[in-house]
Amino acid sequence: MRLLPNVILLLVLLALWESLHLAVGPSAMASPWATAARLASLLAQADTWRHIGATASAFAWSLLLACVGGVALGMLLGLNAMAGNVAEPILMNLYALPKVTLYPLVLLCFGLGLGSKVAFGVMHGLIPILLFTMNALRHLPPVYMRSARSLRLAPWQTAWHILLPAIAGEVLAGIRLGFALTLLGVLIGEMFASQKGLGYLAMTAMGAGDIATLLAIALLLTCFAVTGNALLLRVGRHLEHP
Amino acid sequence: MSRALPLSDLVRMQAARRPEPVHVELAQVTRRFTHPATGEPFQALGPIDLALVKGEFFSIVGPSGCGKSTLLDLLSGLGKPSSGRVLFEGKPVNGVPEGVGVVFQENAAFPWLCVRDNIAFGLRRAGVEAAEVQRRVDYALGFMGLRDFAKAYPAQLSGGMRQRVCIARTLVTQPRLILLDEPFGALDQQTRLLMGDELLKLWRETGATVLLITHALDEAAMLSGRVGVMSTRPGLFIDFVDTGWPADRDSRVVSTPRFGEITARLWEKLRVETLKIMGGAH
Repeated sequence: MRLLPNVILLLVLLALWESLHLAVGPSAMASPWATAARLASLLAQADTWRHIGATASAFAWSLLLACVGGVALGMLLGLNAMAGNVAEPILMNLYALPKVTLYPLVLLCFGLGLGSKVAFGVMHGLIPILLFTMNALRHLPPVYMRSARSLRLAPWQTAWHILLPAIAGEVLAGIRLGFALTLLGVLIGEMFASQKGLGYLAMTAMGAGDIATLLAIALLLTCFAVTGNALLLRVGRHLEHP
Repeated sequence: MSRALPLSDLVRMQAARRPEPVHVELAQVTRRFTHPATGEPFQALGPIDLALVKGEFFSIVGPSGCGKSTLLDLLSGLGKPSSGRVLFEGKPVNGVPEGVGVVFQENAAFPWLCVRDNIAFGLRRAGVEAAEVQRRVDYALGFMGLRDFAKAYPAQLSGGMRQRVCIARTLVTQPRLILLDEPFGALDQQTRLLMGDELLKLWRETGATVLLITHALDEAAMLSGRVGVMSTRPGLFIDFVDTGWPADRDSRVVSTPRFGEITARLWEKLRVETLKIMGGAH
């Protein structure tokens, strides 16, 4: 019965979509049915899979770098109170910055292609993961560190066996946010100065006024993002103990 | 002092204790801190001289903020003295020495590990062989009455049970000196009395030297062989009370007249100190 609310939500969204389609006409909004049909025909073409592959590899690299970098830097800043206090406002401001204005600079630094897409994805995803990790460490009960010292643990043992498991839940919440933002960064990156990827495909479709293709790509990305989010939520629930 | 207890018991206890070697020693120990708001340095503790005899059960009572916990930090090597010497088994304490176990007031059980893994935690990190870990953890589970909860997670346990887990986690490392920082502070009165019995059992079983920090006079009076009373800041010992309890005592001593006498004497000293803090020295 847990499925029922989700099914109802899906039906409501489809109904809203269909009524919007009827209201504004097919030149502005393709119907759900036409979108699904276009997605099916797109997925039957080898060329589409080349674009999906390009986006997937850029996204995978971005997410990996954002996670590793965010957790490592977050641990450093979270454990060093002074560094954390200095870095926090800087990070907050960087995070608030409309990053798309910096994309020309990213292109100049990393060149056209995979490098700048990954860099732009990391720029979006790293900071939330870093901030979640840092704050989780700052709010760690001090008794955990005291226990670690009283049990005579080596620093790496403390990090691996106490700090990481203690903050795992919050780090995962950060990664969930980072997942969505990294995807956003990669797609924006693909929309400009790129010859491959779903972002490029969507941009081309928009230029050609091919609304069904544009919506089909949006649908595909939505399915991917929702699935990823659900999986991370499930892992998170698994980490929380009874 | 010896009114409530047969003289023979008292003599036997004193005789048994006197030839024992000094296990822990503090000599002219002080600890100064810098006030976080004003930046002024102040003396939190000392100078303190204290010697704990091997195998004794010593408690410290004192008003809040008197530096009891600071003293425990110095003994455990979690903190460094500003001056003076701290010796454990004749060697200067620098970092937590092997053979010292600490139990904290806060819930220190790791919520991501089940009871068994919590208890085994220190042993596994120390690289103790798996079979030996299993043996010691099984023993501790039985000893602390946790056998039925081995697979439970801390969040599923009561506060008293969680504290048992923390005590068991220390117990399995086979400490020769057990330091307890208000371990029952967060528990209700009945649970505290029963946990006191557990602690006495543990003390008798291991033969370890026990130092208990507490704000509960009854706890100190019931459990200890000797109680040290500390003054307000800077913390100094203003009285030592020998309780004269036999080694096989338990929580039932609270119904003896002697328990009342000891508690009264502790309170008499502590009342003055507490009033100083409250700003109304009468």
